[in-house]
Amino acid sequence: MTQIGHNVSLPERARRIRRHALRMGEVQGQGYIAQALGIADVLAVSYFHATTYRPDDPEWESRDRFLLSIGHYAIALYAALIEAKIIPEDELETYGTDDSRLPMSGMAAYTPGMEITGGSLGHGLGIAVGMCLALKRKNSKAFVYNLFSDGELDEGSTWEAAMSAGSYKLDNLIGIVDVNQMQADGPSLGVLNFEPLGPKFEAFGWFVQRVNGNDIDALVTAFDAARHHQGEQPRIIICDTKMAKGVPFLEARERNHFLRVEPHEWAEAIRIIDAGVQA
Amino acid sequence: MRRSKYERPAHLLSGSDRPRLTTSAMIASIAGADQPTRAAPFGHALARLAEKDERIVGLSADLAKYTDLHIFRAAHPERFYQMGMAEQLLMMSAAGMAREGLQPWVTTYAVFASRRAYDFVCLAMAEEMLDVKIVCALPGLTTGYGPSHQATEDVAMFRGMPNLTIIDPCDALEIEQAVPAMAAHRGPVYMRLLRGNVPIVLDEYGYRFELGKAKLIRDGKDTLIISSGLMTMRALEAAKALQKDGVDAAVLHVPTIKPLDEATIIAECRKQNRLVVVAENHTVIGGLGEAVAATLMRSDVRPEGFRQIGLPDQFLEAGALPTLHDMYGISTAKVVDAIKGWLDT
Repeated sequence: MTQIGHNVSLPERARRIRRHALRMGEVQGQGYIAQALGIADVLAVSYFHATTYRPDDPEWESRDRFLLSIGHYAIALYAALIEAKIIPEDELETYGTDDSRLPMSGMAAYTPGMEITGGSLGHGLGIAVGMCLALKRKNSKAFVYNLFSDGELDEGSTWEAAMSAGSYKLDNLIGIVDVNQMQADGPSLGVLNFEPLGPKFEAFGWFVQRVNGNDIDALVTAFDAARHHQGEQPRIIICDTKMAKGVPFLEARERNHFLRVEPHEWAEAIRIIDAGVQA
Repeated sequence: MRRSKYERPAHLLSGSDRPRLTTSAMIASIAGADQPTRAAPFGHALARLAEKDERIVGLSADLAKYTDLHIFRAAHPERFYQMGMAEQLLMMSAAGMAREGLQPWVTTYAVFASRRAYDFVCLAMAEEMLDVKIVCALPGLTTGYGPSHQATEDVAMFRGMPNLTIIDPCDALEIEQAVPAMAAHRGPVYMRLLRGNVPIVLDEYGYRFELGKAKLIRDGKDTLIISSGLMTMRALEAAKALQKDGVDAAVLHVPTIKPLDEATIIAECRKQNRLVVVAENHTVIGGLGEAVAATLMRSDVRPEGFRQIGLPDQFLEAGALPTLHDMYGISTAKVVDAIKGWLDT
């Protein structure tokens, strides 16, 4: 666990991550903000409870690797990386602009702390498998976390990786699936029904947990269990999240993969997040 | 056009009993009957190199025996990874290993690396300039099993991918020399592999492989054959046959297709006004032929003529390899005939 800012509560971290994301969205006038708000609690627990890293040395050999398979969620991870002080906060004003280190889709070559190039969906879990195998060769104690989306469950490559992780008993792999029930063409289960999801991963040899991805206490428990599980098997935390979580007027908006936010609404959303200061 | 599947073979209808070659095993030998060969040059070269280079690991997608990686597996079992018949995973996991400082050598058939796993080679590896070597058997027309296994357009696909180096070696010696050169190059490399008992051809020419270099293997004043891979072997055989008929053919071997050694190609084409013939074990679309043509056009080089020997823009037939090589014009005899025809001798 990284020893930074232990006086700040996880709900407050999540609130700040949401705030950073909204500010980036305001700069660009767009972004995958509903996904970012939905995954903020998972990122808060990942970066301020579960993973080990050095903010001033993002490629520190002993760090836990956190892979963002969903390049589209870059705005969310930038917010977490800013909160983790891997990226300076003033750079959020460059989000999506020319010459920025924070492009709209997450790419390893652009951003400190961005381990892989995501966006072509279904890559992350397989890359994680290779990293886990390599880390075992190096006798490293690091974990590889891979955050991927329910939409990526449609990709065959995800299941190639899932089967191999079970086959290789990769106990240094922790998958995190964001089940927000929304894909580009509509509700995820209407696109392709991936349920029952937990039993699928169980059948592939994984240690499976399913939690409310917006319940920080539940997430802490699940991440701890994933890290300390004794079985020689990969671990997955299936996180059911709510799109746009924390901004009720956006939560209530007709559900949409790429949420439309009017120019004046960004500031309103930030006001709501700020008003909900949590202990 | 292949005849309708509802028409029976012609020789059965006519009652003739002409002998027909049979389709051999998946990987037919390309070696001639009396040609010296070396077994599994890639597998042995990689196993040797791995003794000195701890970074090297080998990955298979259920084809170790068919890509000669089984030699490496036997020598270094703890550095061999079986990824299953899952080519997307093969590429993704290799990318992950390369990110952690290993140098993965991934092996499969060329059709699967190119057609099935393209996105994973492109974005998981090439976009990040990761140090992965992709070594693929059955390039072009080297199996009679039909389009499912014939990688007739792999070079065309991979040429469009930034950062990727593409090499197409000619014989066992060149494969052995290419392996350490690939390891020394930092970045992704795709090699079209001849495997099994691979002919030894270049020994008599004193040739050495250098990554990125085209080399004149023999000179000649009547025509310049520019070739890669298997077709350099054919070009050298054709040049010997043409010599007997008074045709003096030069052969410029271009084992590195990307980045292309444009300077040497331009210099050879400028040196003498000759018919330029590009020969490749690949569709005539998007491969070495069109790469050379564009190079010459861009440089205002106008040879006496420009012709391509290569596979047609078709899904090729199944059958015996010698029959197919004749049918599609890449056998030595057909190369000789074509060049004589173009030179009108």
